[in-house]
Amino acid sequence: MIRAVGRRAVAAIETVGRFGHFLQDFARAVADVGTWGRLTLVQMRRIGVDSLPVALFIAAFTGVVLALQASYTFKGTVPLYFVGTLVGKSMMLELGPVLVGLALAGRVGASMAAELGTMKVTEQVDALETLAYNPQSYLVVPRVVAATVMFPIVVACAISVGLVTGWLTSLALLQLSTVDFIKGLRLFYVFKDIWYGLFKSASFGCTIALVGCSVGLGTRGGAEGVGRSTTQAVVYSAVLILVLDAFWALVLL
Amino acid sequence: MIKFRDVHKAFGAQRVLDGVTFDVRDGETLALIGYSGTGKSVTLKHVVGLLEPDTGEVYVDDLAVSTLDRAALTTLRQEIGYVFQAAALFDSMSVADNVALGLRRRRLGDDEIEERVHEALALVDLTGRDAAFPAELSGGMRKRVGIARAIALRPRYILYDEPTTGLDPVTSAVIDQLMVRTREHTGATAIVVTHDMRSAYAVGDRIAMLYEGRIRQAGTVEEIQRTDDAVVRQFIEGRPE
Repeated sequence: MIRAVGRRAVAAIETVGRFGHFLQDFARAVADVGTWGRLTLVQMRRIGVDSLPVALFIAAFTGVVLALQASYTFKGTVPLYFVGTLVGKSMMLELGPVLVGLALAGRVGASMAAELGTMKVTEQVDALETLAYNPQSYLVVPRVVAATVMFPIVVACAISVGLVTGWLTSLALLQLSTVDFIKGLRLFYVFKDIWYGLFKSASFGCTIALVGCSVGLGTRGGAEGVGRSTTQAVVYSAVLILVLDAFWALVLL
Repeated sequence: MIKFRDVHKAFGAQRVLDGVTFDVRDGETLALIGYSGTGKSVTLKHVVGLLEPDTGEVYVDDLAVSTLDRAALTTLRQEIGYVFQAAALFDSMSVADNVALGLRRRRLGDDEIEERVHEALALVDLTGRDAAFPAELSGGMRKRVGIARAIALRPRYILYDEPTTGLDPVTSAVIDQLMVRTREHTGATAIVVTHDMRSAYAVGDRIAMLYEGRIRQAGTVEEIQRTDDAVVRQFIEGRPE
């Protein structure tokens, strides 16, 4: 029992240590702009543009549900234009960034871990090194920069779609006018709602990419190792998103 | 010149190299033979700094590889071509892009890169396959692209990791011819890791056998063929006992 706990503790410390080394290498690789600069655009398309359908789909239905649940909660006690307030605040501050972040942890984080893991076990990462490339500059930095830049853009689109579907639901199903919905939306709005949500999204993007790449490059074994890395990347990213979410709420709100 | 001096390497409790010492002289091709799992590929990876020795040292051009910082290691790696066992081609790139990747790192002009890619592909008899992707190629062709990628760099050293493993005898002979032709064309110093004795005899100026973490015997092809060492004899003759 004590041995098992000890082994797990050592393994956890080793994981943290490896991630520390990974971050150190990453910081050094950032200076190699000549290598990662041109590769970042490709990653921005893969991470940002290709993720839009998933993000917008989630946001659209979240907006509908928020409007309906707000109406259900407020009925008879709170004026119905507060539906706009709840939809707006929830989408901007929490649900837009976090739901999209969690969904993209699955899509983007898993994809990075699987791709880099496969490259690792098939010696493509070693091949890059022998061709005098730094794998961090070539593989990791473009993905992290692209994810950090593109996540807020994707989340901004998702928030917009969530607000639109919330508004349409209010019009069609709740007999709430556009004027009332906008009145509620503007009631407690402050600019911080926007930048807080987008800043959080950038931190989620950065985290997901760092975790996906770190776990991917640490892959050992064959197909089984790649599968294990993919799962780990998604789980670690999801946990870190929730922890970061609480941390930013504590620090920034 | 490549020098191994008392190199030890272990992975956890498994001791792989246990005092490896040998030289590869300028311009020669050394065939490094040995049973599967004896650490031949591990030995090769030390030359380019993909692995570092636990103790001992590997010298390339009298530079101690494990002491080099990343910039110096990058400079050294530009002198070395590495042909991986399973070719390690980049799946998402065409054959031409795979061969050109190392050249782009050297900041060569587009015209020179194109010329070198065509030259390297012609040398491995793959002219006209520039646009193909690795998934569309046979195992032998993938290995030839791997060789083209290495020789396009015009390196002073070429390291071949099991270049004929998994290939049929005819394709293996083609790869052997290719290694000989590459040497004549580039004059590069080479280490060929193999357990295929036909290949070792065909390409090696000298042969060294790795056994139980050490060099059991090293010598010319004739010396190895005439050896009295029972372990080496058993291996080169392929006898079960």
